[in-house]
Amino acid sequence: MPKEKKIQGVIERISGPLVVAKGMLGASMYDVVHIGDIGLIGEIVELKDDTASIQAYEETSGLKPGEPVIGLGESLSVELGPGIIERFYDGIQRPLELIEKAAKSHFISRGINVPAIDRTKKWKFEPKAKAGDIVQTGDILGVVQETIIVEHRIMVPHGVQGTVKSIHGGERTVEDVIAVIDNKGTLHEVKMLQRWPVRTPRPVTKRLPPNVPMSTGQRVVDAFFPIALGGTACVPGPFGSGKTVIQHQFAKWAQAQIVVYVGCGERGNEMTDVLLEFPELEDPQSGHPLMKRTTLIANTSNMPVAAREASIYTAITLAEYYRDMGYSVALMADSTSRWAEALREMSGRLEEMPGEEGYPAYLGTRLASFYERAGRCIVKGKGEREGSISVIGAVSPPGGDLSEPVTQNTLRVTKVFWGLDANLAYQRHFPAINWLSSYSLYTETLDEYWNGRFDDEWSTLRIEAMSLLEEEDQLREVVRLVGIDALSKEERMVLETAKSLREDFLHQNAFHEVDTYASMDKQFRMLRTIVRFHHAGMDALTKGAPMNELFNLPVREQIARMRYLEEKQISEIDKLEDTIKEQTNGLVPVGGEQNVA
Amino acid sequence: MLPKEYRTISGLSGPLMMVENTTDVRYDELVEIELTNGEKRRGRVLEIESTRALVQVFEGTSGIDVEGTKARFLGGVLTLPVSRDMLGRVFNGRGEPIDGGANLIPDKKLDINGMPMNPYSRDFPSEFIQTGVSTIDGLNPMVRGQKLPIFSASGLPHNRMAAQIARQATVISGHEDFAVVFAAMGITFEEASFFMEDFRKTGALQRTVLYINLADDPAIERITTPRIALTAAEYLAFECDMHVVVILTDLTNYCEALREISAARKEVPGRRGYPGYLYTDLATMYERAGRLKGKSGSITQIPILTMPEDDKTHPIPDLTGYITEGQIILSRALHRKGIYPPVDVMPSLSRLKDKGIGKDRTREDHADLMNQLFAPNARGKEAKELAVILGEGALTEEDKAFAAFSDAFEDKYIRQGEYENRTVEQTLELGWNLLTMIPTKELKRVRDAYIEKYLKPRLAKAESKA
Repeated sequence: MPKEKKIQGVIERISGPLVVAKGMLGASMYDVVHIGDIGLIGEIVELKDDTASIQAYEETSGLKPGEPVIGLGESLSVELGPGIIERFYDGIQRPLELIEKAAKSHFISRGINVPAIDRTKKWKFEPKAKAGDIVQTGDILGVVQETIIVEHRIMVPHGVQGTVKSIHGGERTVEDVIAVIDNKGTLHEVKMLQRWPVRTPRPVTKRLPPNVPMSTGQRVVDAFFPIALGGTACVPGPFGSGKTVIQHQFAKWAQAQIVVYVGCGERGNEMTDVLLEFPELEDPQSGHPLMKRTTLIANTSNMPVAAREASIYTAITLAEYYRDMGYSVALMADSTSRWAEALREMSGRLEEMPGEEGYPAYLGTRLASFYERAGRCIVKGKGEREGSISVIGAVSPPGGDLSEPVTQNTLRVTKVFWGLDANLAYQRHFPAINWLSSYSLYTETLDEYWNGRFDDEWSTLRIEAMSLLEEEDQLREVVRLVGIDALSKEERMVLETAKSLREDFLHQNAFHEVDTYASMDKQFRMLRTIVRFHHAGMDALTKGAPMNELFNLPVREQIARMRYLEEKQISEIDKLEDTIKEQTNGLVPVGGEQNVA
Repeated sequence: MLPKEYRTISGLSGPLMMVENTTDVRYDELVEIELTNGEKRRGRVLEIESTRALVQVFEGTSGIDVEGTKARFLGGVLTLPVSRDMLGRVFNGRGEPIDGGANLIPDKKLDINGMPMNPYSRDFPSEFIQTGVSTIDGLNPMVRGQKLPIFSASGLPHNRMAAQIARQATVISGHEDFAVVFAAMGITFEEASFFMEDFRKTGALQRTVLYINLADDPAIERITTPRIALTAAEYLAFECDMHVVVILTDLTNYCEALREISAARKEVPGRRGYPGYLYTDLATMYERAGRLKGKSGSITQIPILTMPEDDKTHPIPDLTGYITEGQIILSRALHRKGIYPPVDVMPSLSRLKDKGIGKDRTREDHADLMNQLFAPNARGKEAKELAVILGEGALTEEDKAFAAFSDAFEDKYIRQGEYENRTVEQTLELGWNLLTMIPTKELKRVRDAYIEKYLKPRLAKAESKA
């Protein structure tokens, strides 16, 4: 809550995004301030007596010592309420569209103050509670249809409880009073617009284990290294290995009800791409444009560095708000390395003692407390609503070297590691997730779920496929040393199947209209078919079938084209099984059966 | 109001100057420095601490003394006078004409730091630029508004290639107002005159603006040179509606100058002594490429950098690669084989490739063909490595076909003349011709329809000949 008295100090020192002000007695850590005559937005990051170090969220050029600094007595907060979905925000939740209007320019000028949520728009508020109901924090008072697929649930704000005295449905702006709650005589007016400080996690009732999968439509991920609802994952990789494309793919196809995408210190064109593409693409679950469930936060690499640091917190707080309504939220952060670099830059300017590679010593704890805000849980309020936040963070290690501090600290807290491999990217094998080095700690728990759906066959298939890929790696080493002729027929078959797994299953073209997304049903059938061919082939080989002809069977071309079958045609894949049997058996010479002892 | 003059210089260190007892000095303000001998230099305020200002001197501090030198704080930030008449002119790294011509009559004066483009106001780059170079057009297509650097190394022909691209770049849709802004940072006189000569010879000079900071010019000036060039480019693109290609060479020298300032300020260094904010600093330049909604102009950037020790993981290429939309990497091995342009196609990449190609842009089969050409080349290279260890005899027939493909790919597809301007159709045709060399069932990344349409007729023709 804003304090009564405003604190006013004066600028003492300016160094890039760091401003030091004197006369700030009474201000608290992480309070928001307005800097200078033009009123740049900043946040206090260090206090010493009456001297405050402030990180400015806007370019500081033109400031001079002696200009005023005004403390607002409130820590950096986001505005919550209907109108967040489909928006495109900067790192401190200013809508970029309104910045353009206010600046009357294609470029971002400074000192612009625009509201995060439209104050004038009227929403149709439909009450769910009625006068006389006893409510507590998190209970749903009513709903608003925010977009065609998102029902925005208005909750009793944090710290408020009592009896509903009155509730008003109908066309309301976010600042209109929609309900009055009576707590033993104290009346509390509830509006749709609420605020929350970004650095404080929103509380939940109970946390749940992550044992429900979040499918992403990406075969290598869902089949081999899956992520659970409420899970955390990281995608480290050198430049050009396809981090951003993978993040976009997740944002498009992940089975989440709400997607928060934060472009942190990345390319402007990429964000524009998302902005132009998402309204066009259709969400496979709802059939409506993806943008109708997405909110975007962009602080591109040329925008002020301190706001980059804040953007991650803005994003996760918005995610928590939708989780509290009972939604599954997926948050993509591209890239957390740029966020860490912003920390490093501010830390350097504050003249703190540097840790590894110049990063501040608190890098690890900051990263951990960010990822810890993910999870699946029972949220506050009646009705045991379940919500989740799954976080997928991209990491950009310098030189692709995973031993650097940001990657290492991230790996310590995330449960899924999708290691991107530059060599795979060079061969244009996308997604370039290395199947030998990546891991997911959710695989076993999620196997249970999928086995239930796919007749207990899922985990057997997955394990067999993975062991074939591992065997291939060893065999290729042998081939490199002594040539392919040194391998037995069976070993050649392993190589062939592994190749088929790589090229026909793991490889997935994000830009192909059908291949870009594969449902779990399709993935299961594809994997089963490839493994069936392996079994049939092995069987035929032992019965004396000629190897080269086996490898060149026409059915193999059909296997290679499974990925291009549309979701409604996937029953075609089942038919391949008979074709496989027929064609492999056709190669077995008369009397071949007896070769099997 | 007359600017205040200070004679209170208390210290000089590297490119930095400390001025004491200042009042009303603004952060980032422009400073004019008058030396005892009357010479004038310029600088900007890097840091203010109550009444002390730290000034970075653009032309370097040599010759400045503590006693007689005067510093005047001019109020504004460093601006560049711009006008359409910049075209055809040559300037130094500070934006002053050095071609003997008259001073510009400015249309406007613009802040050289520019302002960040609002991502909401950007228009996505999707217009294919035909450079006439197969390795770019066919495999790493470039689009208007993209930033695509060339990662080179000492001794490789990056300058020739950049000049070729600047000379040949066109859009298929037809001729439009087109300009080149060229910024040289710390390159030798010889390299600079190569570009000037080439632009003059081909008549490109009238539509070129050159900013030249040579190797013997003050290193600190290099910090401003690319920003000046980009400011000029922004003016031409977004106020004169021109399509501007900006060539920045050599970014390695720029980063070195930045490191010098950082070291003089005694900042905590990041990797290899470069400042921790190198990424952010480079981004403020690279991100100035792009297109804007409702504007017909565009800025396409081709920064050139030489990788120290051919090392792609060195901070300069590494951070550049994280910001730019792809990279064209030159290979010493290909150069040794005498192949020009020695583009290493495997690690080269254009991130915006998929947006500019396909039906109605280049040709429907472009994307599939592009994806397909990489795999057999990789396999051919593997086969050739194997042959080195085990001898040709160890290769299967298929491997031999791939090895032959890989050779032909280098010789026919990558190799081309410095003045050879291939259309995108020629490049695509070349690609399909090469694919006839390998078994059709290996072509998994092209749609059946395209195999029928583009490959089958070729195979049939080859068969009938045989």
